[in-house]
Amino acid sequence: MTRPLLEVNDLKKHYRIAGGLFGGKPSYVYAVDGVSFEVARGETLSLVGESGCGKSTVGRAVLRLFDITSGQVVLDGQRMDDASKDTLQTFRRRVQVVFQDPFSSLNPRMKVRDILAEPIRNFGLARSSAEVDERVNKLMDLVGLPREAVKRLPHQFSGGQRQRICIARALAAEPELIVCDEAVSALDVSVKAQIVNLLQDLQRELGLALLFISHDLAIVEHMTHRVAVMYLGKLVEVAPKRELFAAPRHPYTRALLSAVPLPEPGAQRERIILKGDVPSPVNPPKGCRFHTRCPHAFERCRVEEPELKIAPGDHWSACHLNDLPLAENPMVTPLAS
Amino acid sequence: MTLASDHRTPPPGLAIATPLPDILKKVKPRTGFVGFLRRYPTIAIGGFLLLVLIFVAVFAGYLGTVDPTAISPSRRNRVPSELYWFGTDMLGRDLYSRVLYGTRVSLTVGFCVAIFASIGGLAIGLIAGYVRWLDGLVMRAMDSLMSIPPILLAVALMAITRGSVGNVILAITVAEIPRVARLVRGVVLSLREQPYVDGAIAAGTRTPMIILRHILPNTLAPMTVQATYICGSAMIVEAILSFIGAGTPPNIPSWGNIMAEGRALWQVKPFIVFFPAAFLSVTVLAVNLLGDGLRDMLDPRASKGH
Repeated sequence: MTRPLLEVNDLKKHYRIAGGLFGGKPSYVYAVDGVSFEVARGETLSLVGESGCGKSTVGRAVLRLFDITSGQVVLDGQRMDDASKDTLQTFRRRVQVVFQDPFSSLNPRMKVRDILAEPIRNFGLARSSAEVDERVNKLMDLVGLPREAVKRLPHQFSGGQRQRICIARALAAEPELIVCDEAVSALDVSVKAQIVNLLQDLQRELGLALLFISHDLAIVEHMTHRVAVMYLGKLVEVAPKRELFAAPRHPYTRALLSAVPLPEPGAQRERIILKGDVPSPVNPPKGCRFHTRCPHAFERCRVEEPELKIAPGDHWSACHLNDLPLAENPMVTPLAS
Repeated sequence: MTLASDHRTPPPGLAIATPLPDILKKVKPRTGFVGFLRRYPTIAIGGFLLLVLIFVAVFAGYLGTVDPTAISPSRRNRVPSELYWFGTDMLGRDLYSRVLYGTRVSLTVGFCVAIFASIGGLAIGLIAGYVRWLDGLVMRAMDSLMSIPPILLAVALMAITRGSVGNVILAITVAEIPRVARLVRGVVLSLREQPYVDGAIAAGTRTPMIILRHILPNTLAPMTVQATYICGSAMIVEAILSFIGAGTPPNIPSWGNIMAEGRALWQVKPFIVFFPAAFLSVTVLAVNLLGDGLRDMLDPRASKGH
């Protein structure tokens, strides 16, 4: 097997929320608590989960926007979590980002040309001002915006156009991986489809890998190769798209999938309604983190934390049910749709 | 293709609609300078008053004034007349001249404090907001400075230095810096969480450029507004300091000094206090109106909707 583009090993990010200058007992938010996955070149991996599960934190850790608590972020065989300033700069060129809100992800006081020129200059991708202009024009073509628009300010564009500018800025660095942090969630449906198609086209043309962070399973099903499901700072299931949507092996994934609305009017899925709220990441439950809301929880789940185990079809899941004999496992029945 | 030149006959059963009458009055939106002044009347009024006062301060010597420090014991305490427009004080000095020259002190102190406090506060606020480990230290120091009332702090600083306009500016600046620093720090803290800052970090921009290119320009709008308010309050503090004898030395005519000297005669010769007080009020009002207008202009959400 070839080396994956991005490897994340046992990533942890804990935020201190109490205990400051004058002491006090420190307590932590376990935002991400041991997450491992890989992204191959040219692949799309979707990271899904409800809000607050830590999926954005994973994305920001991959971008190295902050220092992680422990674990490793490895790009192309090189560790990036403890890289020096110079290696970090080359790393930054190879990993770019598109954020959710197209209104706050562009500096309101900078013209589009300057926004796009910033990464080109920072990474030394052009030798002269004319070359910068040439690259900026190419980027505008690539994302389907008129070249004259480079003289305008961000507020003179619509949401979808701004998201195109954000994508152009990400592409300006000639990256190999783009982290799309809810990149289409803030757009309305028709624009959303345009941006998703643009991302797919660019991926095909430029061989980009995408880490697609989203809570919109319909979009995920449309554009991803593999899916990783997160719950309360941990991965519960990682599998190729078809596998995961057809035969989820974790009760949480099942519940998530059952909540995806069907596009046919009147059609009803058998909904799995989870009881209770997501436990606080300050005080995650012992044992399996999902046991407080799991309809199938049994004794072992309260005591022992399940590990991600592989099943046929590159299907990883972290659930004790999968250790049970087939006859007793409620997860083997196919999902009714 | 325009409809007016279109002489097609409509398809059977359909007719071309007659043009609608013009029931709405045509509104020509005013653009340019006049439109700007109409949209922001507070800026227009405040700015106009301030320009007049700056004119008075600069050309105080050419506006029919005499030497404001010339003593004339025989003409003490004259009421306002054709000869002495604002009257004379207890030493026979021409009040009109003194008040006009006093404009210089007030405006100098106001503008200098606004500029210096902005620069100092901006630097401290940017550092505190961006360098996280320094934040606690710097802001506690600012808090302790702020726990002393600004006038007391200025009095204390004036007590250990020699009275001069420069020292007054320094003392008020020190007292005002924490307010600016706190404002800037707050703005920086919210700006640094903006996705475009993260985007710029991911785009390889290094910290100094992040601050210069992405943080600083976006703090300038609230800073400008704050600077005008500081300018107004610095003028008042200067007048108070001069009034209690801890500010501008008495040989320089300042509004605070004139009021202090007229205080003893307040009940019999109220005009001595009235004229400098009126000028001070108008000046501070002008500056604050300008500040309000700037706030409306720079932060459209705070205005009442245009």
